[in-house]
Amino acid sequence: MDVLQTLINGTALGAVYALVAVGLALIFGVMRLINFAHGELITAGGYTLALASAFPTVAAIALAVVVCVALAWLMERVAFRRLRNAAPATTLVATFAVAFTLQAIWLIAFGPQGESADVLTSLNRTAISGELSLRWITIVMLVTGAILLGGTILLLNRTTIGLQMRAAAADFRAARLLGVRADRVISVAFVIAGVMAAAVAVLLTVPRPLVTPTFGLEVVILTLVGVVVGGMDRLWSATCGGFAIGFAIAVLGDVLPSSERVFLPSAVFLLVIVVLVLRPGGLFAPRRPATVERV
Amino acid sequence: MTDRLGLRQFAPPALLLVAVGLYGSTTSAGTRDDFTSALIMATIVIALYVFVGNSGVISFGHISFVAIGAFAAGVMTIPSAVKPTVMPNLFPFLAENSIGSFESLILAAALGAFVAFFAGLALMRLSGLAAGIATFAVLEITHNVLRFWTKIGPGAQTLSLVPEDIEPIQAMLGALFAAAVAFAFQRSRSGRLLRASREDPAAAQAAGIDVHRKRMIAFTISGALAGLAGGLLVHQIGSITTEQVYLRLTFITLAMLVVGGMRSLWGAVVGALVVSFLDIVLIDAESGLGIGPATIDLPVGSSLVILGAVMAAMLILRPSGLTGGNEATLRVPKALLRRRDRADSGAGKTPKTGPASKT
Repeated sequence: MDVLQTLINGTALGAVYALVAVGLALIFGVMRLINFAHGELITAGGYTLALASAFPTVAAIALAVVVCVALAWLMERVAFRRLRNAAPATTLVATFAVAFTLQAIWLIAFGPQGESADVLTSLNRTAISGELSLRWITIVMLVTGAILLGGTILLLNRTTIGLQMRAAAADFRAARLLGVRADRVISVAFVIAGVMAAAVAVLLTVPRPLVTPTFGLEVVILTLVGVVVGGMDRLWSATCGGFAIGFAIAVLGDVLPSSERVFLPSAVFLLVIVVLVLRPGGLFAPRRPATVERV
Repeated sequence: MTDRLGLRQFAPPALLLVAVGLYGSTTSAGTRDDFTSALIMATIVIALYVFVGNSGVISFGHISFVAIGAFAAGVMTIPSAVKPTVMPNLFPFLAENSIGSFESLILAAALGAFVAFFAGLALMRLSGLAAGIATFAVLEITHNVLRFWTKIGPGAQTLSLVPEDIEPIQAMLGALFAAAVAFAFQRSRSGRLLRASREDPAAAQAAGIDVHRKRMIAFTISGALAGLAGGLLVHQIGSITTEQVYLRLTFITLAMLVVGGMRSLWGAVVGALVVSFLDIVLIDAESGLGIGPATIDLPVGSSLVILGAVMAAMLILRPSGLTGGNEATLRVPKALLRRRDRADSGAGKTPKTGPASKT
């Protein structure tokens, strides 16, 4: 039962990281932009929950979604829209700069100690006890992950804007020539990323309510590395990569003896390096001769 | 090789570093530290440039080589008499031996190169952007191990009591050495082939360039220089924590490189110095800075916000950096030249834009 328990917990955390990966991969798909500032959306969501903890739960969550989406839209409008034609290295560092500016703001506004976002802490109670013991949050993570990932798939495959986004990801210039409106597609990608970030903020603050200025950055660095492991060219392989890193964190956390648990990040990243040595094209990328990227 | 264009392109960054070092050494004690740290930042950014500038691949892993250099140089130069009290869990061979500051810099550079080589073996096979992100793995592992493995260092404690013997002049020499290595590499055959692969990886591969191998060479050299810079850093401030050589330093040094212009040594040096001094002015302004009759008094913590915003704005408004990624070429009055150097005008590729007389 221990194995099953570990697998279920791993799947739940993997689902959360997959949501982060979707937010990153959608934007990378349409803009070729690796958005480090995505973590600040998660942090903003966390702080919103902390500040709104007096409100009814539903209102607090709704507020977090509004704040995340607004911030995502604002980022795109103020900073990233101007960077569309810049070199990938420049845009990468620029998103890093945006992330650090926001972190400095969090530091001034909320201090280094962090705020406690205990909106949904009741979900830490045990849902199923016995040989297999599950907390409510594990179930909520699995269900939320399934709903949001399913929703994204439906949006991409069943709606016009979804078709346009897939077209833009395949070839942005050709898509524009065929009448896809670039601004609209990119704005929608950022809005979806905002919704995902809010969901992640809600889910992650349950087991770990303390929101510090680097709350989101840590998650995003892990997920980005996961996305690279999965293969960042495709939405589904990137999402699987995000899932894999969350799964690996949970499983390795269970497997490591508690005295060595401080080395969990090293174990995870070492695993990443090993996988990258074995499969440099990405864990979930189709096997084919290595091609040179066109970016 | 009597390469006059080469010397004229190396002169602007070198002269700028010398000017900063010499001027810095004449200032008062507090300001002198600012100059020293600006020069050490320049060394780190030059190290970063050797890989990032020549290969076009962003690296988030370089600060791990700085950290390794800093901790190695620090742990090995603390007198062995006090080591057991500061770091009780240290391996015996680390606890019993100590070396001089200069030797520790060589050790730092060697370890930087060593770790970079093995990290590079694993990561350089990835394509551009993916390789950049994957270097995060190296940074995270280094940070995690240094922070929790007390057999090799102080762990989460501050490593202190390191001899403080880096002043502006020594830092200047370190930065000059790094700049000379960087310049020699970018004009070597390997460097030029790597720069060709930066412009078009597919064409470079088709032309028979082993991109993976060239990237490995650049990564190892820049790892060595980053290790050296780490050694300089620890000997300047006399103490170090793992948090000082982590994400914030990674961001600041990358931003310096990109703000300056990541495709030239001149850009790396200018970016490092400009952003360093901007940072220093902003931190001063947090405790009240008088400019003429006005006093600027920023709220505590706002220097980081302004620094981040200024860098984001610079990247958005001038994506190719302050220098546009070009080398500056020192203009020598023709009367001083014994004969016209036709080879220079034939080399042609470098726009002669540099108002290097600024130095």
